[in-house]
Amino acid sequence: MNASITALNPAHAPYVLRIADGSLILAQRLSECCGHGPALEPDIALTNVALDLLGQARLLLSHAGALEGAGRDEDALAYWRDASQFRNPTLCELPNGDFAQTCLRTFFYVAWQAQLWTALSASKDAALAAIAEKSSKETRYHCEHLAGWVVRLGDGTANSTERLQRALNYLLPYTNELFVDDDTDLAAAAAGIGPLPSSLNDAWTAQVQAVLAEATLKLPATTPFRSSGRRGQHSEAMDYVLAEMQSVARAHPGAQW
Amino acid sequence: MSNSKEWPLWEVFLRSRAGLDHKHCGSLHAADGPMALQLARDVYTRRQEGVSIWVVRADHIHASDPTDKAALFDPMADKIYRHPTFYELPDEVDHM
Repeated sequence: MNASITALNPAHAPYVLRIADGSLILAQRLSECCGHGPALEPDIALTNVALDLLGQARLLLSHAGALEGAGRDEDALAYWRDASQFRNPTLCELPNGDFAQTCLRTFFYVAWQAQLWTALSASKDAALAAIAEKSSKETRYHCEHLAGWVVRLGDGTANSTERLQRALNYLLPYTNELFVDDDTDLAAAAAGIGPLPSSLNDAWTAQVQAVLAEATLKLPATTPFRSSGRRGQHSEAMDYVLAEMQSVARAHPGAQW
Repeated sequence: MSNSKEWPLWEVFLRSRAGLDHKHCGSLHAADGPMALQLARDVYTRRQEGVSIWVVRADHIHASDPTDKAALFDPMADKIYRHPTFYELPDEVDHM
């Protein structure tokens, strides 16, 4: 039964694709930091996170392609879709900004992934559950590492505190989107494929607020703002991310290493 | 961080498998112990080199001075009776 869900259920491909695209686009953003970290060691650490996210994206894209059943593999999905066909939350595509913003954005997303993987481990889609199981170990470390930076910078010097507070004020509204349910989510939840985004909200908020409190940051007022990347309506930053990520593959279609 | 003080240096020791000793594998800069452990994980165990990590601040290690080498170690060279191989063992004693 699990196998049949895995092989033939195009209805849930968009649900998996959203998760895949989040990992892929954040991996691409973090890859931009390679060689630009504040010191050698944190540079390697952040690049490791980027590689883990890319690994998740490959598994998830391949799986989404298999569910879709239209013959698209991970490369076709990564390199030959345009911005409006990507389904990552807007949070993942925003510019890296300074190191404070890079760390806080990544922390927000990996903390969300941590809740997601836990819920997905009970998925009726056995392949998806296996990917979640594998990814959860990586994500546990990412959360610990990035939360460490958030606390150090937030509770650091006057300069680092100010930068992190600025990053928080900028980024927090973009996290609203992570917890909005739509028809794709409702169908996946009803079929036991994965959780409703709204069901992840409480645990994520508790985890994030504990870290922000330790970082001595002030929570900005909540806003009704909702970004719409998960619906394919992206910020202007998205085209730049894709141009860099896709240019080589598109200039040399089918090229092999 | 650029204009503040340099992070201290830490020496990194890895145990590659359960049952083996921790071996020195390198050093790195980090602000404190927990950060040194995380960075050691990222810098030195990316290819499954280890199952356990120790980090020690380099300035907490007291090391012998290389110029004292002759005084410290050379006197041992002609005291071969300190080595077990100096003694002839009775045949009954196997597997020493």
